Amino acid sequence: MSYPLRRLLVFPLVMLGVSVFVFIAIRLVPGDAITAMLGTESGLLTPAQREALTAYFGLDQNWFVQFWRWLSRVLQGDLGISTTYGKPVMTIILEHFPLTLELAVLSMLIAIGIGLPAGIFAATRKDKPSDMAVRVIAMVGQSTPGFVVGLLLIFVLSVGFGVLPQMGTFVPLTEGISRNLAQMILPALTLGTAFAAAVIRISRSAMLDILREDFVRTARSKGLSRRRVIWRHALPNALIPVVTLSGVEFGYLLGGAVLVEQIFALPGLGRVVLDAIQQRDYALVQGSVLFIAFNFMVVNLLVDLAYAALDPRIRFETK
Amino acid sequence: MTGLLSVRDLRVGFGAHPEDNEVVHGVSFDLGPGETLAIVGESGSGKSVTAMAINRLVDFGGGRITGGQIEFAAGDGSVSDLARAEENMLETIRGREIGMIFQEPMTSLNPVLTVGTQIEEVFRLQHGMTRADARIAAREALERVRIPDAARRLTYAPHQLSGGMLQRVMIAIALAGNPRLLIADEPTTALDVTIQAQILGLLAELKRDTDTGMIFITHDIGLVAGFADRVMVMQEGRVVEQGPLDRVLDAPEHPYTRHLLEAVPHFSDGKSARRDGARGGGARTALDVEGLSVRFPVRSGLLKRHSGNVHAVEGVSFDLMRGETLGIVGESGSGKSTTARAILGLETPARGRIETGDAGEAGRPVQMVFQNPNASLNPRLTVEQILAEPYIAVGRRIDADARARMAGLLERVELPQGSLARYPHEFSGGQRQRLCIARALMLNPSVLVLDEAVSALDVSVQARVLDLLVDLQKEFHLAYLFVTHDMAVVERIAHRIAVVFAGQIVEIGPTAEVLANPRHSYTRQLIAAVPSLERRHSAFSVDTSAIPSLVRPVGWEPAPVPWAEAGADHRFRAEG
Repeated sequence: MSYPLRRLLVFPLVMLGVSVFVFIAIRLVPGDAITAMLGTESGLLTPAQREALTAYFGLDQNWFVQFWRWLSRVLQGDLGISTTYGKPVMTIILEHFPLTLELAVLSMLIAIGIGLPAGIFAATRKDKPSDMAVRVIAMVGQSTPGFVVGLLLIFVLSVGFGVLPQMGTFVPLTEGISRNLAQMILPALTLGTAFAAAVIRISRSAMLDILREDFVRTARSKGLSRRRVIWRHALPNALIPVVTLSGVEFGYLLGGAVLVEQIFALPGLGRVVLDAIQQRDYALVQGSVLFIAFNFMVVNLLVDLAYAALDPRIRFETK
Repeated sequence: MTGLLSVRDLRVGFGAHPEDNEVVHGVSFDLGPGETLAIVGESGSGKSVTAMAINRLVDFGGGRITGGQIEFAAGDGSVSDLARAEENMLETIRGREIGMIFQEPMTSLNPVLTVGTQIEEVFRLQHGMTRADARIAAREALERVRIPDAARRLTYAPHQLSGGMLQRVMIAIALAGNPRLLIADEPTTALDVTIQAQILGLLAELKRDTDTGMIFITHDIGLVAGFADRVMVMQEGRVVEQGPLDRVLDAPEHPYTRHLLEAVPHFSDGKSARRDGARGGGARTALDVEGLSVRFPVRSGLLKRHSGNVHAVEGVSFDLMRGETLGIVGESGSGKSTTARAILGLETPARGRIETGDAGEAGRPVQMVFQNPNASLNPRLTVEQILAEPYIAVGRRIDADARARMAGLLERVELPQGSLARYPHEFSGGQRQRLCIARALMLNPSVLVLDEAVSALDVSVQARVLDLLVDLQKEFHLAYLFVTHDMAVVERIAHRIAVVFAGQIVEIGPTAEVLANPRHSYTRQLIAAVPSLERRHSAFSVDTSAIPSLVRPVGWEPAPVPWAEAGADHRFRAEG
């Protein structure tokens, strides 16, 4: 059986493990869903009303029964009803995920588009002023917290120059590409900055290692141009750590970027999960964590497949 | 200038201040078309740096040419000074005019590109071929270096080919541009002796059939004896002697050349085997191995089903006396190191018996010295800590006696006084290997397993370490299991030789007997492949037969191969 198929077989096991973990963790947080849902008005409930509500959401059963009921519904594709929104969890996730996905993709494009060329550029000019400059920029980019970068970008571009609308009601990609991108570019840049800095650092050091390899010397002895030596011979070998890093970062971003969503008032998945935890919205927390875990596993699988595509020595069948 | 290459007073330095850090100090030589120059020297002699200064690859290793000229006559008749050439111009010289073959074929090819791609790109760049034409040319190039099934091999990645195959691919790449000068930097050092003979055969053929000039860099003067026209001996960045091959070999003028010629162990068909045999009346057995088999399971499929075994070692039997050396020779993958590891208890035998004569004072009668002294000493430990480790391993205290033993052993292996507080990096390669030997002797073992223990050392250092081993053997009555691929070394150190092929001993007996009168076809093949000064005018043939696979289905048992006697204590496997 091929490696990707075997990996897919592991998926359900990991999902089950994640489900159990989240199920218990969220219930260990003090407070209950009904109180959180109704806020101060929960004091006005009669014990009977409270009981009825608890029973409606199935919260009167013991944990095993609750988990079993939830799990059997999940297996039928039903993630349950959110206590805060009063809507199916799946609907809520699907409403907010496109934004998160778009943000993650844009950040990664920015990170790799800037980071990879910059890292290679720095590696081929090791210890020259241009390399030093790239390294300082990468260091600053990586050590500055994202929200500082975000606030700075808002201030400089929107307030200072009056370009780019910064906030307002979110416009989905499907309802106007340019208006959507105008809203997304700042948050994507904010996330992409630290991401790009990490890509610069890792691609520079991977490239430096590869440029010292014997086979690069062989490539030069053939009379290949400097450009071909770097792009055709060295780069594919240097990409593996870059792919690893990008995969992990991208996986995290698919779980939502709470801070940046908050700063730019974007209704992404990160804020949904944060609110759900505060509201003890058990079904929503469980459903979205399961969804995030699934995405993470898909990304990991894609990363592994990318390894095999990059390096013929990685043959999964023989593992 | 009339020839192909004329190097005058070449100086090369490294680092930010190359003038102050010069490693090649004024080297001059000439090379004509079709001529082969051997540059001989030990590590640090500047031989590789000199060669890589010619096509200026030295620039990429942090080197700078600080003086001199490298005049090269290109194919179009123009002569240029490569020492002053710009990088753009050098790119037109490399590959097209000057091809290069490197020492390590395993690391010198790009692991993520197929060998086809790596050959084709030279044809496309240097001859302006289309992709389809380049593919045909690449296949022909592989056929030229005798790679069977060339069309299919083009699609292989380097890791799918053996070292010998890869070095042939390297040669195909170097020849693809039809260079007028070929630089070969220790092209066979990393290869087995039979594969080495094939590569040398290919290069000799090339020399015969074309007028390509060749620079062959080697530490082994015997290796080039077969086809070099001229020899240049280097020491510490200077040329100490150069001249026609026969003149330098037969009447060396410089003491260092004479020293090199003496230090390199020359294979002489058993004539220089040791005569101080330990067998005979009263010899005690140090090690007795009977029917040893080591197998590694091969697992496949989803459930990791046990589908077969690699029969790495199969039915190996021998005994070893105190004060005796048994040389185990064979090619990489033949099971010699696995045998050694099983004796140390590092591999679990599938079957067989390993008995040691003495339990040894610490219950550890067998100790080991590894090939690479740089990798087998922890760089963060001082010499004292390194020597203390065997004691700690058996739970002994480091007391005054232990310290006295350390000091005594260090003196015995001729390491300087006051070494105890120093770190491994402060010692030379030879000194580090002495340190490893001292460590192995800490527990007063009866058997020392030496796995390619002198292979990584320069020839003159190697000779001194071998002398030390012989002295220690006599003094402590040690039994040596000496695993090596080097026939000339084993001839000098071993009393008896076991020839291993495909996991089995095919021939075993006294060194002089086995080497002078080999009976098994593989032993003969092995001996025929050893280059030597005496055989310098005989040609090597190119054999492309492959070694049989050692993977067998579960439950497979080898058919018993009868032994044939060839004299007292000299046995070999009968061949069908």
